[in-house]
Amino acid sequence: MNNTNSRRDFLKTASLLTGGLVIGFNSINKAIAAEVIDPATIGHEFNSYLSIAPNGKVTIFSPNPEIGQGIKTAFPVIVAEELDVDLKNVDVQQANYLADKFDRQLTGGSGAIRHSWDRLRTAGATARELLKEAAANKLGVSISSLKTENGFVIGANGQKLSYGELVDAAAKLTAPKEVVLRDPKDYKQIGKWHAGVDNENLLVGKPLFGIDYKKEGMVNAQIQRPKAFGMKLKSFDAKEALKMPGIIEVVSFDNNVAIVGKTTWEIMQARKKVEIVYEKDGDLESTEDHNRIFKTHLDDPNNGSVMRKNGNPEAAFAAADKVIEREYQCPFLSHSPMEPMNFFAHVKDDGTVELAGPTQTPGKAVGSIAKLLDIPQEKISLELTKMGGGFGRRLDDGYALEAAKLSSLIKKPVKVIWTKEDDLTGGYYRPAVRYRFRAALKDGQITAYALKGVGMNTGNCTRQDNFPVGAIENVLIESVDYKSPITTGPWRAPITNFLAYAEQSFLDEVAENLGQDPVQMRLDLLDKAIKNPVGTITYEPERFKVAIEMAAEKSQWGKKKGVSQGFSVYFSHNSYVAQVAEIEKVDGKPTLTNVVAVTDCGIVINQSGARNQIFGAVVDGIGHAMYSNLSFKNGEPEQKNYDTYRLIRMNEIPNVEAYFVDNGKPPTGLGEPALPPTGGAIANAFAAATGKRLYSQPFNVEDTEVESYM
Amino acid sequence: MVGIRLKINGKNHQTDIDPSTPLLWYLREHADLVGTKYGCGIAQCGACTVHMNGNPVRSCVMPISAVAGAEITTIEGLSEKGDHPVQQAWNELDVPQCGYCQAGQMMTASALLKENKNPSDEEIENTMSAHICRCGTYHRIKEAVKLAGTKMNG
Repeated sequence: MNNTNSRRDFLKTASLLTGGLVIGFNSINKAIAAEVIDPATIGHEFNSYLSIAPNGKVTIFSPNPEIGQGIKTAFPVIVAEELDVDLKNVDVQQANYLADKFDRQLTGGSGAIRHSWDRLRTAGATARELLKEAAANKLGVSISSLKTENGFVIGANGQKLSYGELVDAAAKLTAPKEVVLRDPKDYKQIGKWHAGVDNENLLVGKPLFGIDYKKEGMVNAQIQRPKAFGMKLKSFDAKEALKMPGIIEVVSFDNNVAIVGKTTWEIMQARKKVEIVYEKDGDLESTEDHNRIFKTHLDDPNNGSVMRKNGNPEAAFAAADKVIEREYQCPFLSHSPMEPMNFFAHVKDDGTVELAGPTQTPGKAVGSIAKLLDIPQEKISLELTKMGGGFGRRLDDGYALEAAKLSSLIKKPVKVIWTKEDDLTGGYYRPAVRYRFRAALKDGQITAYALKGVGMNTGNCTRQDNFPVGAIENVLIESVDYKSPITTGPWRAPITNFLAYAEQSFLDEVAENLGQDPVQMRLDLLDKAIKNPVGTITYEPERFKVAIEMAAEKSQWGKKKGVSQGFSVYFSHNSYVAQVAEIEKVDGKPTLTNVVAVTDCGIVINQSGARNQIFGAVVDGIGHAMYSNLSFKNGEPEQKNYDTYRLIRMNEIPNVEAYFVDNGKPPTGLGEPALPPTGGAIANAFAAATGKRLYSQPFNVEDTEVESYM
Repeated sequence: MVGIRLKINGKNHQTDIDPSTPLLWYLREHADLVGTKYGCGIAQCGACTVHMNGNPVRSCVMPISAVAGAEITTIEGLSEKGDHPVQQAWNELDVPQCGYCQAGQMMTASALLKENKNPSDEEIENTMSAHICRCGTYHRIKEAVKLAGTKMNG
């Protein structure tokens, strides 16, 4: 296994044997070079998360793979805080996949910090206490007379012992079963601004990403997958392709034709020459088919799976003064992280497997590959590279399995890369969905709330416990899952990335119909959920209210002259985000100028990283709501690259103001929560400015006029 | 086959690979310079941006035959110690999220600032809109361009 931990074990053993300078091997990606290692640099592992060497060097291992959400920086901040070393003096390393050392080594669901908050603090605090105990023994004083500061244990009389000089003694002590964690009011590093730990290397172009990975003897490959969903591979002829320069072989497996060669450019040229015949294997759907399917399934009264029912919604609708009904629809979307899919695999003759690449789910990838190749997991190593974005795409293990399968077939180390066209046409999309919302209004109240959703391969396309459910007496939430050959997968804030816009836009119209202020309407409903909840409540109404009130205050809701404002609020991935989008005239033209976002994610670990997530999620939300569209013709995606698949650019963004609720609660997620409310905020701002409502995304297809507002 | 002579980050390179090979792939797979990234291959995203005689070009559509003899600068050669004002500003403002697009962004920004140390918001947007950042770091990129401008000498 080529990873940091085994290197360290090797060096520890070796130093015992030679009793002095050690010859070791430094292996990073490609070159193997021998180097002379000084034993003073060999770290003692206090636990999976940190090691300290006699020369004082502190290494913190970040287990969860980094997709740009900032976890590789945030995790070490937490450990460094409790350990009492300045993060700037720490060497942060991405841990490889090590199932026996780390739990939940995956990146998804905005769950990393929330899941590891306690264990990270404990890891740092335990090491700190062991160092103090070693110092207490050395100085002949009580532990309670000691304190720690910046990598030193300090005695009552000013004695100063560095962590480095205490490591050997601390290594012999037994870790305490319980440790006292730092009081948040004493935090020195948590909550402050920390620049990304990879910046230094990234800004000078060092190899960090999976697509940069190289290994001695490696070949490259690209895979031609079926051109349309609903097609399968029938036959192929690689005669011409094999004559092309740099091409080694062409093999097929499943529905794939893999072109293996020396360099990426040569492979790109050769794959055009492979003649492939596909045959129909399922429906070849076009967008018009999807539109028709949505209508048929929404209108069918008997097909919904009831996800939640409270009270008697049918009676409430029958007795209503007015019923509001609106439908909302979104297209399939590509995740399209900037770095395309790629993965390295070497299935070796000795029965071991070496893997490297960008994956949000290393455990799943290793498990699937073990099963595919019938090789025990212990014989499979996985080096986690930095990821050029994920957004949920890299939760799938398909591209890792392909690389492993190909390597086992050609019996060579191989790196498979996807072109951007492969990415855009390769499936696992954000599903297309259509929602029908209904509200019953009686005597100035919402007496019933109903939602029926039809989703393409979504499973449950609703979130039946989301507010305003819990605040309304009569509720009916139904879902229909339509099986399409077009493959889908989780996309940043799955389901809620569109559902939230539909719901918040609908509630805006309800408020308008009731003659109520949309912010006040939410607050009143939340009061009802506090006083008299209807059924199960899975959110904390008080926290919802705080976020809403702060957003109203920060945006001077309703008070800005000449500014049309749209409000939206959502609770997802354990965090609350309230947003106000603003449109005002710039040079006489209505323009989306600003979005105010207030977030309750509990304790903010890294000010910089947290703000990055808010700004990024808002831009992401606006961009996809406004511009991004994947349409289909006979099963084939019509947009294959960025010339036709549109992503938002710098000249199309409003200003963003980000605020955080300061409540000292345990930290919750940030990778996703700021995205869901965004579409609703800007749609409601458009409505306030123009009187026009938007019912489908991308907005610029439904109403070309909105383009001019950006 | 007649070889192609390239000058990259001040070093001479000689190669006899297919002259229609885009500079991007020469850099990444023959010159071991992977800082320049592949994002789309059709000059729509800017991730592959390098300098050709100081001007930003999209290396994914530039065959090496077209850049023979020109001075090519990649992100690895933007500065000797990683301390170009653009790199400093990018770090001070902690611009990168996933970081994949940032080398290209910095190459365009540095070329812009060489011409004009004090670009207006509109000028920055017009130039930098050639780039896609999927993580949405545009706000910080804009600030960083301005900050870098204040650090430029002369």
